[in-house]
Amino acid sequence: MPDKKPISSVNDFVVRFANVNGSGSASANEMFARAILRHGVPVSPRNIFPSNIQGLPTWYEVRVTEDGHLGARGGVDMMVAMNPQTWDKDVAGIEPGGYLFYDSTKPMPSTKFRDDITVIGVPLTAITNSTYTDPRQRQLFKNIIYLGSLSALLDMDPKLIEQLIGEQYKGKEKLLSSNVHALHLGRDWALQNLKCPIGLRVKKSDKVGDRIFIEGNSAAALGAVYGGATVCAWYPITPSSSVAEAFTAHCKKYRHDPETGKAKYAIVQGEDELASIGIVIGASWNGARAFTATSGPGISLMTEFIGLSYFAEIPAVIMNIQRAGPSTGMPTRTQQCDIIACAYASHGDTKHVLLFPEDPAEAFEFAAAAFDLAERLQTTIFLMLDLDIGMNHRLCRPLKWDDARQYDRGKVMTEEMLEEGRDFGRYLDVDGDGIPYRTYPGTHPTKGSYFTRGTSRDRYARYSEEGPVYADNMQRLVRKFETAQDLVPRPLQANAERPTKYGVIYFGSTSPAMDEAIGLLEARGHQLDRLRIRAFPFHSSVASFLAEHDFVYVVEQNRDSQLRQLIVNENGIDPVRLVPIVHYDGSPITARFIAKAIGDHQDHLKVTPLRKAVS
Amino acid sequence: MTYIAKPKFHHPGLKKNELGYTHRDYEGKISTLCAGCGHDSITASIIEACYELSIEPHRVAKISGIGCSSKTPDYFLGNSHGFNSVHGRMPSVLTGANLANRDLIYLGVSGDGDSASIGFGQFAHSIRRGVNMTYIVENNGVYGLTKGQFSATADRGSKSKKGVTNTDNAIDLVAIALQLGATFVARSFSGDKTQLVPLIAAAIRHKGASFIDVISPCIAFNNHAGSTKSFDYVREHNDAVNRLDVLVGRDPIAVDYAPGTVQMVEQHDGSKIALRKIDADYDPHDRLGAQTFLAKHAAKGQIVTGLLYVDPDAEDLHEHLNTVETPLNTLEADALCPGSAVLDKINASLR
Ligand SMILES: Cc1ncc(C[n+]2csc(CCOP(=O)(O)OP(=O)(O)O)c2C)c(N)n1
Ligand code: SF4
Repeated sequence: MPDKKPISSVNDFVVRFANVNGSGSASANEMFARAILRHGVPVSPRNIFPSNIQGLPTWYEVRVTEDGHLGARGGVDMMVAMNPQTWDKDVAGIEPGGYLFYDSTKPMPSTKFRDDITVIGVPLTAITNSTYTDPRQRQLFKNIIYLGSLSALLDMDPKLIEQLIGEQYKGKEKLLSSNVHALHLGRDWALQNLKCPIGLRVKKSDKVGDRIFIEGNSAAALGAVYGGATVCAWYPITPSSSVAEAFTAHCKKYRHDPETGKAKYAIVQGEDELASIGIVIGASWNGARAFTATSGPGISLMTEFIGLSYFAEIPAVIMNIQRAGPSTGMPTRTQQCDIIACAYASHGDTKHVLLFPEDPAEAFEFAAAAFDLAERLQTTIFLMLDLDIGMNHRLCRPLKWDDARQYDRGKVMTEEMLEEGRDFGRYLDVDGDGIPYRTYPGTHPTKGSYFTRGTSRDRYARYSEEGPVYADNMQRLVRKFETAQDLVPRPLQANAERPTKYGVIYFGSTSPAMDEAIGLLEARGHQLDRLRIRAFPFHSSVASFLAEHDFVYVVEQNRDSQLRQLIVNENGIDPVRLVPIVHYDGSPITARFIAKAIGDHQDHLKVTPLRKAVS
Repeated sequence: MTYIAKPKFHHPGLKKNELGYTHRDYEGKISTLCAGCGHDSITASIIEACYELSIEPHRVAKISGIGCSSKTPDYFLGNSHGFNSVHGRMPSVLTGANLANRDLIYLGVSGDGDSASIGFGQFAHSIRRGVNMTYIVENNGVYGLTKGQFSATADRGSKSKKGVTNTDNAIDLVAIALQLGATFVARSFSGDKTQLVPLIAAAIRHKGASFIDVISPCIAFNNHAGSTKSFDYVREHNDAVNRLDVLVGRDPIAVDYAPGTVQMVEQHDGSKIALRKIDADYDPHDRLGAQTFLAKHAAKGQIVTGLLYVDPDAEDLHEHLNTVETPLNTLEADALCPGSAVLDKINASLR
């Protein structure tokens, strides 16, 4: 018996699987998460993996959360320790009173355990070796066997897991039955030899509702399909590759002409990021909806072209799945660290539109919207995801599409309009919104053609280095950016129960941790109004929010508080009133972290109202 | 520098092609290149080829990178859309444009600096993908726009105007295009209109990646200190990396010689190149043979000109990707969006 009371919790705990990369554990671990979902209990899983293909440690963490807190929690209640290499660190990471699940085939010296945790051994290798002869089978089924044991220990309904296996191996009867068999091998061994269930339990509930379970990258790719993207050019880079891969898969399914079998899309794996964005710009110049997906290093390479897109006013959509930088940084760890690099990408005076979805549902919506915005504004639109949303399954509201929706192709002068004698000046601000008309190549035999270039030109696209002509164009670009303010998704505000002088600004993948942190802060007696920023340029409500609060915390996942810099820069406000709360070790920000950082600051300011609710 | 518009006057007696267009309809703005620059002769050949083919000028998209050569699309086909992109990146922009609308004719114009140095990768990859285009490199062996530094096609041992000897090996873009699977490969000389015009016309007609390397002398070779005082006129260059320079205008070099013969051509700086026009009985359907032929003559210091290789049944990128015949840029939501019913099914599969 451990010297600390074992943790006892129903539908609220964290299980972490420590595996060796390449051991085939991913699908069993994901099945574990899905099985809990099928119990009607929300989960929030996270992949924690090194930038290596095989052999190195990898972790998969499942937060079981009946309350629906989808951010990372921090701490581990049960460690499934399948990797000898990381054993010591894994065992050390278990919360006092937590559980250690391990393969007990080989005896372990007692020094390898801790006194304050419950140790559960299952002779996984022995069971596998006595059942299977093929080495690959032994490796793969060992994962299903531990899944079976866990189902018994956590009191899960085996039928729900069988159902999942059935869906996964539909039509492959042999695989189906052998997986179910392995599941029961592990389950039966646990039921016969261990005290089941333990203090951590899964109980059926109804908290999942109609929500879906999807990765942000896949949702963004689907958004591109729905948003009418026909050209995708990309170059592999973690954590963005799965956007293009998912786009390919979705297109294969939904974008072939039923009669001819031909593709209504073109996907090119570029030779690098330079070519990828070049292809996007060429295609968009010629009137197709095009995008690329990349990450920080790719953005660095694309910047010359991004400047061209800005200045020559060519639509482009870039999905940036951020990872920890600078340089190669930590390629498989998450951050929100490309805010400044994207907002002002390229040399000279530039400003770009950034969209910050908080979850896969918004990734879908914003991806589709990005194509409308790119064509409306004739410029680059960045969809800013990060590894945490992009590569992890998140529970989110179902994806929605309005069938009446038409694509906004922006201001395009057609052959008819030219024929009517409308004045076409490629860089004329006809409507006062800073957005000029464009024509597609090949429109009219004698009217509307022009020369696109990155060099300065007048309103009729005629090359000119005259100072006033250049300045006139640059000013119009500023007007256009102001127009963008009202076209991009607005910030969402949520006020505290009581009026407060303190506010918090956050964005993107920080959302679920922030939502949870608010509860923790309230429990500490702190009331905060919240503003979730969803796009740059900032809507005027951001300035109002700043004006209405004495102090505003800006929570973000990078070292230099880049969003705060951007807010200060673009709103001209006193930086002292914006308090940076930063988390940048590559792991997703947690509610615990935010609540502590803001709470400590509030305490320090001695601004805390009466502490009524401290528990 | 501002534009010099050409007078719109058309002589009523001008010869017309099948579509009723005159030569003037294929012209563009007045060139701002140095008088005598080989690139202007290439412009003239492009105009001639398009006129002869009776192409609708506005159905051509002309795309270039950065450099003197890349400025030339402004000087032909004034009624078609042009795109002066960024240095060395014409091929990717052209590839994207071509994917968006397979119905236009794509003309890519580049320089040897643009294609053999900064854009070497993009050159190679657009060729290996089989993009349906006519890719013309106006090859002068130097960086014209940035003042005559060596480009990667400059011969080893050749001297710059400052007297520096080039110690790097030269890249032969034709040999590389052949190796990369270009389905139409030719080389010509800017001054040999008799040869160049039909080559450009054939390249435009060819479906797949057509590559033409055109040797194009740069008069700035002559721009050494001694000659700057005796100038005919001054031309400004207009790139950001600009310098105001004083160049001596020269007459463009022109040659006309028979197939199968070697012609020595003296460039503006007095240097000589040996051009060998391929024989009438040369077989341009043999890729390997073309490579050997090229290498053999290169060893003799001769630059082979003419159509070196063509695969008349070539496929292009659209065929490789199996895209629909309708240009992608004309498809709207009804053709592209799977709709809410499908989305409901997708949602259901994600629970
Ligand atoms: C990224 C970048 N690097 C450098 C330059 C400067 N630059 C402009 S043109 C040029 C070389 C052009 O040489 P080439 O393509 O041979 O054309 P030419 O002028 O000889 O016709 C260079 C280096 C640039 N515009 N952009
Ligand atoms: S510098 Fe050379 S390449 Fe450029 S325009 Fe003059 S002659 Fe032509």
